[in-house]
Amino acid sequence: MGVKRPARREFLKSGAALAGGFTLGGVAPASGQTPAGQTHADQPHASPSMIHEAKDQIAYGERSAHVTSVRIAHGGRPSPDNWGLTFHVAAPLQDSVGIITPSSLHYMGTTRGAFLPDVDPKEHRLMIHGLVDRPLTLTMEDLKRLPSVTRIHFIECAGNRSSRRAKTVQETHGMTSCAEWTGVLLSTLLKECGLKTGASWFVAEGSEEVKGASSMPIAKAMEDCFVAYGMNGEAVRPQNGFPLRLMVPGFEGIFHTKWLRRIKVVDRYYMNYNDFGHLDRDPKVAALDYQIGPKSVVTFPSAGQQLPARGFYEVSGLAWSGGGAIKKVEVSTDGGKRWNLAEIKGIAHRMAHTRFSYMWNWDGQESEIQSRCTDELGQVQPSRAEIAKYWNKPFDATFSVPGLDNSIQPWRIAGDGSVTNGFA
Amino acid sequence: MALLKTVAFALLMGVSALAQSPTYRVGRTPTAEEIRAWDISIGPTGEELPPGRGTVREGAQLYRTKGCAGCHGATAIDGKAPILKSKAGPDVELWARGRILPLRAPFATTVWDYINRAMPLNREGTLTADEVYAITAYLLFINDVIREDEVLDAKTLPNVKMPIGGDYASLPDWKPRTPRLKGYPH
Repeated sequence: MGVKRPARREFLKSGAALAGGFTLGGVAPASGQTPAGQTHADQPHASPSMIHEAKDQIAYGERSAHVTSVRIAHGGRPSPDNWGLTFHVAAPLQDSVGIITPSSLHYMGTTRGAFLPDVDPKEHRLMIHGLVDRPLTLTMEDLKRLPSVTRIHFIECAGNRSSRRAKTVQETHGMTSCAEWTGVLLSTLLKECGLKTGASWFVAEGSEEVKGASSMPIAKAMEDCFVAYGMNGEAVRPQNGFPLRLMVPGFEGIFHTKWLRRIKVVDRYYMNYNDFGHLDRDPKVAALDYQIGPKSVVTFPSAGQQLPARGFYEVSGLAWSGGGAIKKVEVSTDGGKRWNLAEIKGIAHRMAHTRFSYMWNWDGQESEIQSRCTDELGQVQPSRAEIAKYWNKPFDATFSVPGLDNSIQPWRIAGDGSVTNGFA
Repeated sequence: MALLKTVAFALLMGVSALAQSPTYRVGRTPTAEEIRAWDISIGPTGEELPPGRGTVREGAQLYRTKGCAGCHGATAIDGKAPILKSKAGPDVELWARGRILPLRAPFATTVWDYINRAMPLNREGTLTADEVYAITAYLLFINDVIREDEVLDAKTLPNVKMPIGGDYASLPDWKPRTPRLKGYPH
């Protein structure tokens, strides 16, 4: 950062802090630039310094240098790793506002760790074949001629599970993100090809070096899958599958095949490598392993954050479900004894992050804050204790949630306002 | 009445014929040759397998010369990449022996498909069909799935009996707007 700092930002910050009734010292950033005892709030007419924009920033904007929220490698495996492969990268949910994840902060995962392919959209083709009357090869130009849909959907990785070791909501829940996606319904394409008798599954395949492929039910293809070329108002980013990815709303992330090049309609589960990775022994676990359950998490206050003082806070968080739209979110501030109805902000889209809030006056006492949601099917987000009971297993440190983990996340707030993981 | 029936029948046929013909006529029909070149999916029946053959002995040599050993280790359990052989012996039950592709896959075709599409790292797609058959044979052999003298080809590979048999859950029928598991956990 330069020597001159934008006074306006400090003014706004301090002003907001004052309006909230907090002490200035708790909020003003620790920085050596302001003379002792003097803040920019004391110089209300000082002008902010200027951002000198380079040509490339005129062409494609950047966020403020003061905003430092970043993604992190997930689960202890660095990205890029020893081989230069990108594996799993988590979104900074603790800083998120609203429901859209900026494309630059959208979580990413790859089949086994993959090199990002640099796909030329002019050369890219989508081929649809197998049990169809008319196989079809489409260019990106072809796809953009067809009727399109624009929908807001979350994508969540199956590995998005909280642990006792996790220090922030980015570590416990950062492998989910939500964007606005634009593309062509797979049902439109499959009707164009004509499904043959016996078509019951399809295999989608990417064009990256590992050519990640998964089997999915045709019923899902005809319901709401689409091939997306647009993301948050521009082309899909390379990390998210440029120029084309499959959207499988509500299914776990790996099914959302990136760099999509081929769809093969088949008559059985095809047991691709990714499918093999999904195998379970117990049919009940298998049933919990592809459609995401109802899930929510409080993003503020969340572990690693600090409440500066007792008093008023808008508790804020995200809820989502692979089963459809979020119908209800509840927040507890006493460890799940009493549940209070939260407000759903804006429209609760189907299979999309939904922002909720709860107005809270913190009395300065130790508290445990949690959220739970209910979706349009009536599925309720469970606590880990409830899940353990369902499986007849003791709820202790060794308990691991079978299938996808959609359990309630507790955050512990200490008397000094520090927030930590309630599972720790 | 007969006329009405005929009209209804004609209407039905008309609608169904309409539903079966393309609406937008955008894109082009790929040739059979293009489809063959692109289609690297090898399903459980093995119907897409190309001609070729490979032995365990050839596979053992290729495992060293094609770089497999460099990442997965000379003994298939001592590399940085995922292990390809169970560290536990056959006295331990299969599901407790780790998620090892050439051991736990329900079909040998999955092993062939993955080596063919995704290995070796950085040189994916460079192995010949014979080489993929041979490396598949070697990996199945070191996991005690096939004998040392077995030869794999398009006929024998889909018939390899994998130790898992049918001891795995198939995915339940997916239906829109349906809970993933009834009664879970309430």
